Amino acid sequence: MRIALVLLGVAIALALPFFVYPILLMTILCFVIFASSFNLLLGYVGLLCFGQAMFLGLSAYIAGYLLKTTGVSIEIAILAAALVSALLGGFVGFVAVRRTGIQFAMITFAFAQFVYFMLLQSEFTGGEDGMQGIPRSDLFGVVDISDSRTFYYFVLAMTALAIFAIYRVIHSPFGEILKAIRDNEARVESLGFRPERFKIIAMMISAGIAGFAGALKATVFQFATLTDVSWTVSGEVILMTLLGGMGTFTGPMVGAAAIIFLNDELAQFGEWALIAQGVILILVILFLRRGVVGEAGALWRRMRNRNKG
Amino acid sequence: MFDGITPQLLFGQLLIGVINGSFYAMLAMGLAIIFGLMHVVNFAHGAQYMLGAFVAWLLLSTLGVPYWGALFIAPLVVAIFGLVMERLILKPIAHLDPLYSLLVTYAATLVIEGAVRLNYGSTGLPYSSPLPGGVNLGFMFMPWYRLWVVVFSIFTCLGTWLLIEHTKLGAYLRAANESPETVESFGINVPRMMTLTYAFGVGLAGLSGVLAAPIYQVSPSMGSTLMITIFAVVVIGGMGSIMGAILTGYLLGIVEGLTKVFYPEGANLVIFFIMLLALIFRPRGLFSGEKS
Repeated sequence: MRIALVLLGVAIALALPFFVYPILLMTILCFVIFASSFNLLLGYVGLLCFGQAMFLGLSAYIAGYLLKTTGVSIEIAILAAALVSALLGGFVGFVAVRRTGIQFAMITFAFAQFVYFMLLQSEFTGGEDGMQGIPRSDLFGVVDISDSRTFYYFVLAMTALAIFAIYRVIHSPFGEILKAIRDNEARVESLGFRPERFKIIAMMISAGIAGFAGALKATVFQFATLTDVSWTVSGEVILMTLLGGMGTFTGPMVGAAAIIFLNDELAQFGEWALIAQGVILILVILFLRRGVVGEAGALWRRMRNRNKG
Repeated sequence: MFDGITPQLLFGQLLIGVINGSFYAMLAMGLAIIFGLMHVVNFAHGAQYMLGAFVAWLLLSTLGVPYWGALFIAPLVVAIFGLVMERLILKPIAHLDPLYSLLVTYAATLVIEGAVRLNYGSTGLPYSSPLPGGVNLGFMFMPWYRLWVVVFSIFTCLGTWLLIEHTKLGAYLRAANESPETVESFGINVPRMMTLTYAFGVGLAGLSGVLAAPIYQVSPSMGSTLMITIFAVVVIGGMGSIMGAILTGYLLGIVEGLTKVFYPEGANLVIFFIMLLALIFRPRGLFSGEKS
């Protein structure tokens, strides 16, 4: 049953670019990775990073800069950018884990704004204008993938890789400790683990994967702007995760797809996109805290139990 | 290295620092009150500050109500708005993790700012000073209105602090935070008190907005850009400490102003650096009366 569903999903993903505009699909994929990286922290460690956009945005600029100036192949640029992002994540984690809960959120929020100012003032980013003309250089230095539909398959493969990585983290012994920290930090500490260390490593992984998404996004659009670092994007990823269902594996992916579609539909109405996001977030928090996938899962379990009993 | 620094520049920036600090202090105080008494992180504080400025601007441009009238009416309007917000979106989630209050007020910010932008555009609207002119102090020119803002904000902060820390009402509020059941058994309606506390904090934000209107331009995003600094102020001062928030607010405003004189490039970032240092060396907050 499960395998059949996965196979169906793969078949749809492979066929989609023949029916839907590839750039939109690739945007969705980037945000699927991005939202999943955020969910790794919020859903599995209980840390609300209110500045996840700093990893997305910084990494987009770094990948763009490498591709524009050094002529490295595309996978090297993306990995290098993700690595820098992971290091930033480690530093943010090192400082921010000194406070928990709500203050962790506020510190990461301030951090992201700091990164925003730094990027605004740096020369290499192009300031307000952003960085344009990022090339899609050859994969492994030999395979030309610059055509949009070919590039979609590249992004799809990268997404599969990132999602698999997150899956492995969550289902590893390390992931079990993360979940235990979320549920009862004092208990984990009493067992001889150091929660701070685990949180910092989780931050690094999450930031690295978010950076991976940002670097991919830069190659999809072939430009990087300050929007990617802004707090509206940090908020958007929270909305995606909550709408889909935090702490569920597929929830953030569903949420990402839904919000990107919505943004695309509302793009022509200007302000309405943000207002709609605000209203949806309020409704989700008031009435649908488990998210769409979380509620569906709960319903499914209830029905199964009733059939059994 | 300090050759090019004239007294005019130094005192001019110092004054700007004190003015900015006044707003940091008033907003951080409101945030600290709301957090300390009801464990809500009011992200919408910046948007409510902006609403205060906007209501003042609307009162003047449509009804001709002058600044001095707006100073009373606008905070009331914003406080009533806060009252409705608390009942609609904060009360239903009061029993949950405070993270939800941060998120739901963030969402409200998106809606409020979006709605204002939709109706009035995103450019700044001018609001002329009710106290034109000023006095020449010899080493600098002191506009009357700025002097008024500094004095008024100091009195507002001190008054609020006294109200909460040194009156019976304040004692009830603090007790309700520690043990709502006990306070309720004294015959006090705790939920209503919480609603009024939120409205009071929001009204303070609205009041700051009216004060700010003649100094900064009235624009939809004037609050959210300020929120970043306010968050840093609250983190540095220690969450929930009212005096900590007030002192840190003024202090950081002044430090920021001085940085503009001696190292202009760093002015945007200095508050953030202080936050980093404070977190690393005083992880419980500079003025920690905290309970986390």
